[in-house]
Amino acid sequence: MTRISLTVDGARVSDDVEPRMLLVQYLRERLGKTGTVIGCDTSNCGACTVHLNGTSVKSCNVLAVQADGGEVTTIEGLAQDGQLHPVQEAFRECHGLQCGFCTPGMIMQSVDLLNSNPNPSEEEIRLGLEGNLCRCTGYHNIVRAVQHAAGQGAGATS
Amino acid sequence: MIPAAFDYVAPTSVEDALAALAEHGDDAKIIAGGQSLLPVLRMRLNAPEWIIDLGRIESLRGVRDDGDAIVIGAMTPHAVVGADPLVAEHALLITKAVEHLADAQVRHRGTFGGALAHADPAGDLGAPARALGASFVIQGSGGTRTVGADDFFVDLFETAIGEDEILTEVRVPKHTGWGAHYEKFVRVAHQWPIVAVAATVRMEGDAIAEAGIGLTNMGSTPIRASGVEDALAGQPATEDAVHAAAERATDGTNPPSDLNGDADYRSHLARVLTRRAVLAAAGA
Amino acid sequence: MTATQERPADAVEREIGRDRRRKEDQRLITGRTRWTDNLQLPGMLHLAMVRSPFAHATITSIDTSAAQDAPNVVTVLTGKDFGEELGVCINAWPITPDQVTPVHSPLPADRVSFAGEIVAVVVARSAAEARDAAELVDVEYDELPAALDLKDAAADTVLAHPDLGTNKSALWVFDSGEAGTGGNVEDAISKARDDGIVIEREYRQQRLIPAFMEPRSVVVDPTSEQLTMWSATQIPHILRFALAATTGVPESKIRVIAPDVGGGFGGKLQVTPEEWIAWAVARRIHKPVKYTETRSESLLSAHHGRDQWQKLTLAAEKDGTVTGFKVELLADLGAYVAIVGGGVPVLGAFMFNAIYKFPAYHFACQTVLTNKTWTDAYRGAGRPEATFGIERMMDELAAEVGVDPLAIREKNWIKHDEFPFTTVCGLEYDSGNYEAATARAKEMFGYDELRAEQMARRASGDKVQLGIGISTFTEMCGLAPSRVLGTLDYGAGGWEYASVRMLATGKVEVTTGASAHGQGHETAFSQIVADRLGVAFEDVEILHGDTQVAHRGLDTYGSRSLVVGGEALVRAADKVIEKAKPVAAHLLEASVDDLEFSGGRFTVRGTDQGMGIGEVATAVFAAHDYPEGVEPQLDSDATYDPVNFSFPHGTHLCAMEVDTETGALTMRKYVCVDDIGNIINPLIVSGQVHGGLVQGIAQALWEEAVYDDSGTLVSGSFVDYLLPTAADTISFDIDHTTSPSTTNSLGTKGVGEAGTIASTPAVVNAVVDAVRHLGVNDIQMPCTPERVWRAINGPGAGGSTTADAMPHFDGEGEQA
Repeated sequence: MTRISLTVDGARVSDDVEPRMLLVQYLRERLGKTGTVIGCDTSNCGACTVHLNGTSVKSCNVLAVQADGGEVTTIEGLAQDGQLHPVQEAFRECHGLQCGFCTPGMIMQSVDLLNSNPNPSEEEIRLGLEGNLCRCTGYHNIVRAVQHAAGQGAGATS
Repeated sequence: MIPAAFDYVAPTSVEDALAALAEHGDDAKIIAGGQSLLPVLRMRLNAPEWIIDLGRIESLRGVRDDGDAIVIGAMTPHAVVGADPLVAEHALLITKAVEHLADAQVRHRGTFGGALAHADPAGDLGAPARALGASFVIQGSGGTRTVGADDFFVDLFETAIGEDEILTEVRVPKHTGWGAHYEKFVRVAHQWPIVAVAATVRMEGDAIAEAGIGLTNMGSTPIRASGVEDALAGQPATEDAVHAAAERATDGTNPPSDLNGDADYRSHLARVLTRRAVLAAAGA
Repeated sequence: MTATQERPADAVEREIGRDRRRKEDQRLITGRTRWTDNLQLPGMLHLAMVRSPFAHATITSIDTSAAQDAPNVVTVLTGKDFGEELGVCINAWPITPDQVTPVHSPLPADRVSFAGEIVAVVVARSAAEARDAAELVDVEYDELPAALDLKDAAADTVLAHPDLGTNKSALWVFDSGEAGTGGNVEDAISKARDDGIVIEREYRQQRLIPAFMEPRSVVVDPTSEQLTMWSATQIPHILRFALAATTGVPESKIRVIAPDVGGGFGGKLQVTPEEWIAWAVARRIHKPVKYTETRSESLLSAHHGRDQWQKLTLAAEKDGTVTGFKVELLADLGAYVAIVGGGVPVLGAFMFNAIYKFPAYHFACQTVLTNKTWTDAYRGAGRPEATFGIERMMDELAAEVGVDPLAIREKNWIKHDEFPFTTVCGLEYDSGNYEAATARAKEMFGYDELRAEQMARRASGDKVQLGIGISTFTEMCGLAPSRVLGTLDYGAGGWEYASVRMLATGKVEVTTGASAHGQGHETAFSQIVADRLGVAFEDVEILHGDTQVAHRGLDTYGSRSLVVGGEALVRAADKVIEKAKPVAAHLLEASVDDLEFSGGRFTVRGTDQGMGIGEVATAVFAAHDYPEGVEPQLDSDATYDPVNFSFPHGTHLCAMEVDTETGALTMRKYVCVDDIGNIINPLIVSGQVHGGLVQGIAQALWEEAVYDDSGTLVSGSFVDYLLPTAADTISFDIDHTTSPSTTNSLGTKGVGEAGTIASTPAVVNAVVDAVRHLGVNDIQMPCTPERVWRAINGPGAGGSTTADAMPHFDGEGEQA
């Protein structure tokens, strides 16, 4: 067991974990942050995407011990003071989700994308989401959602 | 989805990492960014007893100017390399290759040295490294040695790094002012390339003075297409001239046959993509 | 005292047709979800499965001792440890009386029939420890020859189940001559051979994997009087029935809950070995258990779809008027006959004639057992295969006649003034307008301009050629009239159930037997009920997916939820109004005959007196004052059995660019105009269409489940089973024409599968069209760049896929 301490969605947490525990498992099983989900075992699907120290990572592809001392934001920590993040709002507005399983990862990656490029073209959005799989939407309305959020200045505010 | 149990150490210096490696030897695996290793561990295709994490060694991160070369620390994340102005100025080919390497999340986490040391012949950095004549600085308990790109890649997933050694940095000779293009052929965006061609050229007027060409996934290692480089030297950057030179792209290659293409198709692709990559690099 | 927001009587805005944002989304976009794998129960134990690496083998021994001794392992069980309480996985649709059906044990004790079949289960305190111990189970196998290739298997060269003596499971035949619904197809073909056109083709429907994003998960809690199963399933009600029918637990002791379910696409229309094993283990050890599959396990062992060879013979007159169509299919069932199983190709049997007036038709499907993962429904289930077959053939006919492929379709399709139309299969299409949808699609597409560009590129010998693909599809959905299912020997009915409960505060609780997993029922059904009862959208709560809450139902698949389940809602709501009427009359001191109901209010004709339905509900709750002989409640339910299938149709146009040097394909434009009758929520419909399109496009271009010569699934992870990303797809241009259905109150038609059914042939037709002038008339799916390149540069349809994966995960890489 290894002792780790980190900040998750603004709260400081500290636990003894097995070194083999993945960050996503730590979030789900130890912290109850079940908003972040596991969709594959090859890190293709991106459903587990969270932010680690300010940028997006696939939390199935990070060991919990590697996140020691870090700051993690999950889908559950994105809304502030009951106010949805503009990207969350945009996904609802543009029907950018159906079953919702890929949605946490898709939203977290979209936020990261807009952080680094507040006014992306459609092509830049599509390439920026290449690490996230969705089986329901055909991506059409996800792209619309990111465009909508960009139009709302989501990249500048977050 | 859950790796087999292992012990973990995260040294803060290369010396400590080497000591851990010496202590655990065959039972240990080094983790850099972990973007290729962790899937292997999750699917239990490998089960080391120790994981030595280089992630806490600050000296392995960053890009610096070193006279006639730029030096990229082995633990520099792809995203940092891709955004680095020194790299863009002196080794544009690397910037171009990193741009479409894996996906954004992996580029945040994966590292330049880790990807090269992993030596997947379908990886996106081996071909640019060969095309640019990069050299690899490898540290062991006995000191440091430098291995040229032509000798670094030994076989599928095998490099010149010894079991008791660590890749610390990659030196890339400056190619200031060279044009560059990385032509990657995939069926879907999140795939490893079926074939890719890394091309960088120095133009003199309308002619190609020098060229560096590397091939991805055309054999068990990244391949330098020396025949194409030789044939291009002094040629005009025209469709016909480059086409003729690109016909030599398959010299010395041994492409695989798999789900994504048979060897003869890959050979065909290598020739076509080489022509396109060179013309794009030449700005033609 | 009512808290209900009555809609003002003058507010005429209807909910139906509004692009309401979804009620479901708030929790899904904030991570406040209840996926099955999220559940944690006190004392819960975790399962790990030990799976066969061999496609076909005798189990000679299983040594579980090392696993039993591993840390925190509770027990390790094999097939031999269970008796009849383990139950069996069922086939609900024996398509012929003499269908050969192997017994499908969830945990076979003696022989495995596909690579991935479960041979032992480990129960431990954590999922990690269960997995650790599973690695220690030592199974010895005696490998048997495996039946892998579909055509070889159909010839019985190697037997998938030696005890059955054959791989041929069932031969299902429909012949219009014999049925009296049309002529004799052989006559039509021989006449066409003499004096017409005969097109003969063989097409491959490759094996696909549904690949829903949420891996399957099951939790069983045996710690109360009723045993509860949570499962990531599309079919909680059918699952409950099957558990009762096969495991000896009375149905009344079983509660099944499908909480948030992350997609299905047919892939979760199944009763699975994993569910049955979890059920048996929980009953055995009296503790809650959970099993969640990995993606690799999901791709390997959750059922696959499609997998057919289609031998097609089309007879026509010289002008392109079709005179007969003969369809001979081989369909790969995999190792077992799954719950729908051989019924999947049969669902396509009535659709090869599509929108056309064919005078003669013959369909024969031989289902075949192999030693591969079993197949079953995948989005469209039988109808995509049929649509592909006919729409590819119509393009081939057009090429033969030398006319535009739209012209050949128009020559043969049913005209809008010919509805209702009885087809050569005996189905009655209630409504449609193929001319209108096609005209609109052509206009949006810029059809003539793109054809001109195509000609220009051909003329100039451009390295990038342009192709235009057409699919004028229809399909049968809204499964299904129960009597029809009965005549087809399906093991259940096709009705749906709904109830409407009027709460004391005037809020409305609705239960539906449909079980959503991404479709947006909570929103669309709220709109229907809000309109019907005249209450606010926000005041309607849709409850589903729990057999204790919505106790009756037949679940969600086959584009049935709206056209069958929605009609049940309408009827239940109408009963509420009928029940409320005498109470309202009593309270308003008026005659029932003088009451009108509109906009949620009962009013007395010719007066300004009235009261809202919520007020009636409140009054009935108090029950202080209501008429004699009337029950003090308004709650109502309805079970609706459809009278016909639903027949959406549409015209899809696709432009593909083909790089003739590399074979690389780029989609340039995709337009579709679907006629799905009246639309409840256009936003949700657009999502269904977009998602459906990409799944169909993905069959055309990317997806293929590939096995090697030993029966190992080579495309066993998302590295090799290629789902498209946002970067591989484009934005679509969609629109609708409207021919309301005449067989349900709302005039709606199914939309869930339409995009998938229509798009695959549109894309392949476009690819072939781009290179037809280079001598190509077919490219096998998926149309990989390599296949396109080979087809351009040689004979054939591009060849088969090499069954080796790239070795990315074999690496002993030094520093990854």
